[in-house]
Amino acid sequence: MSRLSHLERLEAESIHIMREVVAECEHPVMLYSIGKDSSVMLHLALKAFHPARPPFPLLHIDTTWKFREMIAFRDETARRLGMDLIVHVNPDGVAMGINPFVHGSAVHTDVMKTQGLKQALDRYNFDAAFGGARRDEEKSRAKERVFSIRSAQHRWDPKRQRPELWQLYNARKNKGESIRVFPLSNWTELDIWQYIYQEKIPIVPLYFARPRPVVERDGALIMVDDERMPLEPGEKPQLRKVRFRTLGCYPLTGAIDSDAETLPGIIEEMLVATTSERQGRVIDRDSGASMEKKKQEGYF
Amino acid sequence: MRAGQSGGHGDVIAYLEAQGRKDLLRFITCGSVDDGKSTLIGRLLYESRMLFEDQLAALESDSKKVGTQGGELDFALLVDGLAAEREQGITIDVAYRFFATEKRKYIVADTPGHEQYTRNMVTGASTADLAVILIDARKGVLTQTRRHSYLVSLLGIRRAVVAINKMDLVGYSEQVFRDIEAAYRVFAAQLGLQDIVCIPVSALRGDNIVEAGSGMPWYRGPTLMQHLEIVPVDATLADQPFRLPVQWVNRPNQEFRGFAGRVAAGTLRPGDAVVALPSGNSSRVARIVTAGGDLPAAVAGQSVTVTLEDEIDISRGDLIARAETPAGVADQFESTIVWMAEEPMLQGRPYLLKCGTRTVTASVTSISHKVDVNTLQQLPAKQLELNEIALCQISLDQPLAFDPYSDNRDTGGYILIDRINNNTVAAGLLQRPLRRSSNVQWQSLDINKESRATQKGQKACVVWFTGLSGAGKSTIANLVERKLFGMGRHTYLLDGDNVRHGLNRDLDFSDADRVENIRRVAEVAKLMADAGLIVLVSFISPFRNERRMARGLLPDGEFIEIHVDAPLALAEQRDPKGLYRKARAGEIRNFTGIDSPYEPPEKPELRVDTTAVNAEAAAELVIAQLRNQGIIDREWVFLP
Repeated sequence: MSRLSHLERLEAESIHIMREVVAECEHPVMLYSIGKDSSVMLHLALKAFHPARPPFPLLHIDTTWKFREMIAFRDETARRLGMDLIVHVNPDGVAMGINPFVHGSAVHTDVMKTQGLKQALDRYNFDAAFGGARRDEEKSRAKERVFSIRSAQHRWDPKRQRPELWQLYNARKNKGESIRVFPLSNWTELDIWQYIYQEKIPIVPLYFARPRPVVERDGALIMVDDERMPLEPGEKPQLRKVRFRTLGCYPLTGAIDSDAETLPGIIEEMLVATTSERQGRVIDRDSGASMEKKKQEGYF
Repeated sequence: MRAGQSGGHGDVIAYLEAQGRKDLLRFITCGSVDDGKSTLIGRLLYESRMLFEDQLAALESDSKKVGTQGGELDFALLVDGLAAEREQGITIDVAYRFFATEKRKYIVADTPGHEQYTRNMVTGASTADLAVILIDARKGVLTQTRRHSYLVSLLGIRRAVVAINKMDLVGYSEQVFRDIEAAYRVFAAQLGLQDIVCIPVSALRGDNIVEAGSGMPWYRGPTLMQHLEIVPVDATLADQPFRLPVQWVNRPNQEFRGFAGRVAAGTLRPGDAVVALPSGNSSRVARIVTAGGDLPAAVAGQSVTVTLEDEIDISRGDLIARAETPAGVADQFESTIVWMAEEPMLQGRPYLLKCGTRTVTASVTSISHKVDVNTLQQLPAKQLELNEIALCQISLDQPLAFDPYSDNRDTGGYILIDRINNNTVAAGLLQRPLRRSSNVQWQSLDINKESRATQKGQKACVVWFTGLSGAGKSTIANLVERKLFGMGRHTYLLDGDNVRHGLNRDLDFSDADRVENIRRVAEVAKLMADAGLIVLVSFISPFRNERRMARGLLPDGEFIEIHVDAPLALAEQRDPKGLYRKARAGEIRNFTGIDSPYEPPEKPELRVDTTAVNAEAAAELVIAQLRNQGIIDREWVFLP
């Protein structure tokens, strides 16, 4: 077996990246968003440092609007693996009563996610943070580095990004700067599903189709996950068999009608799918270059 | 919920099993916008059905709005975004695209062909197994084709596909194709590129991309996609001598000590005799540990953790190699350097060098020649600018285990990092070790620095005065030396002007020569400190980098940096030698403070504010600092 399969190559590359960070940075953290990419990233971390436990905590930026099943899965995962889990909620956002239904997705994401993330990174003094972003997700990600340097204000400066040659990553930084590291850069959505299948990695049940209460808004199926969801006149939640292709805040995440109750079912649907993954995220549709702009502001 | 239940999806499961066996081909596309590169990549994504309906809808509407194909699909729009990037001021970029066919997964490195071309292309090529070089059939082999091909060969890519594009615009002429192919092969032979396949294509019309199309019945070779599917992915690395750069020592408890890393070459099995380099300690492999259980063998490309039978000292940066076929160890090399930073590379300036998992300090001792990437001509050079490539001699402060780049990219390729701003400033390829590194060794002498200094009743050190011309460095240093002399100390004062009369008479005031000036005086100061002296150095030494280099030559606590601080206006007003007046009149070039920068120290041991204290008081402050650091006794033992 002198030739590695593409998944073996991707796995070895991701492990290599994680070990470089642990060897060269003082205080790394893994951003854990509970989604399938995070599940894969965490699984790779367990492999990278075996038999030791990954020498960094997990950090979840809780917007207080995540699906309840996500939170249950998060806590169960950390407990099962014995990982330290830090949950941070932006207290300013809570004080302001930020609500995606009232303030819209842009403000909600900025305050609860982007600002919350910056607060947590500053508060715990993390100098490197793993994120599960992939280059195939979106046009502006295609050129993102694996090691992405951020200023003390967490801004992404396109001119300061470093060339990455071979598998040599430069983890050195000036005072106050930090690095966002993307070990899954070269994975595609299909690679992620295939790896989850091959390695039997647990994922949040929301990915599987099941009857769930939803309402249809602006062409998106929004799940009524708790009583905070305001219903418009005449709107009535209906039980539909749906699943989610990506997971985020429930008011901002559209479901799709589906019969896929198993992993092969999901993959089968994906293979014949006709809309791309990020379509389900309301955030991307706010404005044309929205990802690029958010990245510069410090969104992951 | 556990993943992996089947539930009657036999076809998908069979598909997944097949997917799991696919291998990966990474390639780079070389060419500029005019060659139709973006159209080619867009076409590959489209034809391999990697586009979703919403992306297609966006492509259709964009094609109508801004497309160049009269409303037909403009594939270039899928990947271009170049105009937007320019608006955002992005100048360095390599974008990675992904697609798959029945047989393989592909990662394409796409490098926009604008002014930063060399840096981008070298970056993209560093991870590529194959290069697709585009030639416009109407234009044939151009200067840029030569440049692309040179960089491909430089980065050690052994396989190239030459896609002769826009065949539709030359009437699908076989003669045009044959002529270009012949011309290219002559040129490629000079570069040593051997495995070349030429394919006539039209990315726009789709001819010979996936399907042959009807325009070129005279061509019987594979289409581009057919070729990409069958070209062998290098498996030879697994047959090379074993190399494992140690990334991290895994020590969860007292019983376990594993060395984690990604295998750079070869195959390893338990029981194999290995050697750790550069130390030379040897042992045998006990286990190859992974989370999924121990492995019977580890091969190139895998990330593993290895345990050894003996407790030998190994840490990050060491290289574990097969004992029968160890890697070379050297601290001086001949090496090709691709300069990637805005600020020029200066000979003698220390940079951090990262090769594999080892980081050392290195400097370029000489530039043999630079290469004009367009003509391949060799030119003399004193420094390197952005995107320049040169053959250099480099010197490291510690030995490095390595293989020549042509044997292995991971143990022969390195990056240089600026020590002040931490940017990656160069890519380097190790060609061969230089003999003298193994022949000239530091002689361990019986009488050492300590004994020489003790005999003089003192501690040796270097007191480094830096500051603008006219700040008062020499005056203060002179007073300090007189005081030390009066205390019975053994000293020597190296003064900038005096040293330039002799040792450094051949140097001018260019940035490159300023660096060399400081390098020499730092080395002299080090030798004098080794002789047991308290060495006072009074040099403008305007650059932080070189002062840091000087500091690095001495053990902690033996380099004392004194910033003699005077505002430019004050120094210029004093102008004891009339130099500022001449610089202002344009009679002197590169004068520090006027048309050459002074970088003040960030953390000097002592800062003397010459607007607040006179020279005598300043000298006393320096003496007090030497006492505080234990260089001279706190007691005034020589009081009359």
